Amino acid sequence: MNPLELAQQLRAKFPGLIADPVEFRSEITLKVADAERMPEICAFAKKELGFDYLVDITSVDNYGDDPRFLIVYHLYGYGHLCHLRLKTDVSEEKGDLPTVTAVWRTADWHEREIYDMMGLRFRGHPDLRRILMWEGYPHFPLRKDFPLAGKPTDVPEVAFTDAAPLAGGPFVTIAAAKTPSRASRGCGFPIRMPWKPTRASSDATTSKRPTATPTVPAPLNPSTDYGRGSQHP
Amino acid sequence: MAEARNIHEIVAADGSRRTFPQPQKSVPTAVGNYDPLSPPSDGLEGEKMVLNVGPSHPATHGVLRIVLELDGEIITRARPEVGYLHRGDEKIAENFTYTQFIPYTDRLDYLAPLANNVAYALAVEKLLGIDRQLPPRCQFIRVVCCELARISSHLLGVGCYAMDVGAMTVFLHTFTEREKIYNLCESLTGARFTTAYTRIGGLSRDLPPGWTEQCRKFLNEVVVNIDETETFLTRNRIFVDRTQGVGVIPKDVAIDYGLTGPNLRGSGVEHDLRKAHPYLVYDQLKFDVPVGAAGDCYDRYLVRMEEMRQSVRIVHQCLDQLPGGPINVPDGKIVLPPKDRVLTRMEELIHHFINVTQGVNAPPGEIYFGHENPKGELGFYINSKGGGTPHRLKIRSPSFVNLSILSWLLPGHMLSDVVAVLGSFDFVMGECDR
Repeated sequence: MNPLELAQQLRAKFPGLIADPVEFRSEITLKVADAERMPEICAFAKKELGFDYLVDITSVDNYGDDPRFLIVYHLYGYGHLCHLRLKTDVSEEKGDLPTVTAVWRTADWHEREIYDMMGLRFRGHPDLRRILMWEGYPHFPLRKDFPLAGKPTDVPEVAFTDAAPLAGGPFVTIAAAKTPSRASRGCGFPIRMPWKPTRASSDATTSKRPTATPTVPAPLNPSTDYGRGSQHP
Repeated sequence: MAEARNIHEIVAADGSRRTFPQPQKSVPTAVGNYDPLSPPSDGLEGEKMVLNVGPSHPATHGVLRIVLELDGEIITRARPEVGYLHRGDEKIAENFTYTQFIPYTDRLDYLAPLANNVAYALAVEKLLGIDRQLPPRCQFIRVVCCELARISSHLLGVGCYAMDVGAMTVFLHTFTEREKIYNLCESLTGARFTTAYTRIGGLSRDLPPGWTEQCRKFLNEVVVNIDETETFLTRNRIFVDRTQGVGVIPKDVAIDYGLTGPNLRGSGVEHDLRKAHPYLVYDQLKFDVPVGAAGDCYDRYLVRMEEMRQSVRIVHQCLDQLPGGPINVPDGKIVLPPKDRVLTRMEELIHHFINVTQGVNAPPGEIYFGHENPKGELGFYINSKGGGTPHRLKIRSPSFVNLSILSWLLPGHMLSDVVAVLGSFDFVMGECDR
């Protein structure tokens, strides 16, 4: 039994719902068209195909694309030792999908983490609340429009709600010229680069951008710059 | 005066309040048929008590907090709360090149940083498609690193576990050996704790002269220490009474909750990623995978003890077979070229510059790599859109998943069993919270 055969069995059971298997670095990925059918597909994969171990569920924010979010399930079977990856899209407007906690109990914390970090809700989850951030925190930090330094929050009685001091930073390395910089994507905070961006973008729309937008240095926060600002008034 | 807060209540950002869901009656508990919602009516039941364990408590090995609801001394509900050590590693990874993120992997499972380094490097190499082209010397040294990290982590796990259940001597005894591992790490990597030893496509430096002899000397000493530790604990009446039959996890529940590593093998599932999906040179090495039978705390302890012996066996084989040759992939686009050539040749200078400023040019695609870490399966899911930074890097940490079983496992146990169960899980919060 190899992962490709199992993937084909899963496709045959749900015709029209699952796209052709994609193989990359000898891993099989299946794209599921409808996130609403995930519990059904997972239950079949567990009961009939022997995927008894859910390795991980994770989410990817494809900011700027529609649908925006991608949920990735990693399945594994102790009987046949095969991995299988299932993916499904969730749009930003919808923002929710059914839970698979009824299939594998380990999905509980993974789904809570996705809710905490990306803000996607899992319908039918027994206890959907934040897990890594504190209850009441208003943002979803792993979204691409959330800045690395964090956003100031005015949650009462909680310490460290200022933006983090990125002394000498940001460390942001935008490697490929294809990727627009974070600042140009309008994430709403000024970005400091160690040198001025020199690349001329091949993209006609981005080259029309006013050149002065991204390189304004962020004013240091007096409460968090450890006195460096006050030495040079 | 501040308003008294109900510990079962959540206050949302908009000021609305709700209480935590009550456990359903159908949820089975780990011990016997004790039903938390209808305790035996002997006319003595009183008010339930809520007890906070942690986040700062010696038995929680870091900053785990568990909210327990007690009926007398019996736990009726347990709610683990994690996240006190959350540093946003996954967010940071999206803003770094692949190489820049290596030091952050030290801080995941900070008791076995070398194993994390190797796991991360292998994940990125799998994305680049070079994981099968690593030079043999690099692969053997990486295996030695992983197994030393396993010994170090398990020595701490067993030592702290013994201290949790009342035996102070074992802790000091095992830490004597851990000190020697730190000395080996220091001469190997330049740092005792935060090693950052691997690089994408190789290692930061070769073995220093005389290191293999020091390592062999250590291995001969540690087997004696492991045997002595066994004489302290394995037939110790107090230890056995506190661990046998406590925290029993059946096989199917362990799989359902996604347990990995010694916690899974303690429940009798014979699964080890080094055997099931051999990476590096594990398919050339001889070692056994110990499994437990009962799935209780005692079995998890026994599995760790035996794993240390197997690790010693693996390191001996690696040192015997250690080949010569390079430690890095001969590709300037992946590994930094030697410094003398960077300063004298144009092509190497360009490679160096591109490597440092933009990072390795990874292809678009997505991979998952699971590594058998001392605590369980440490997995990296990398979603790349091409270029030097990951679009999304998810760390599947074993401690996070292992701890999720506590709300099922603890109800029905006595309060004093909490430290025994927690210690037997051997978790690290740095990795759990990321």
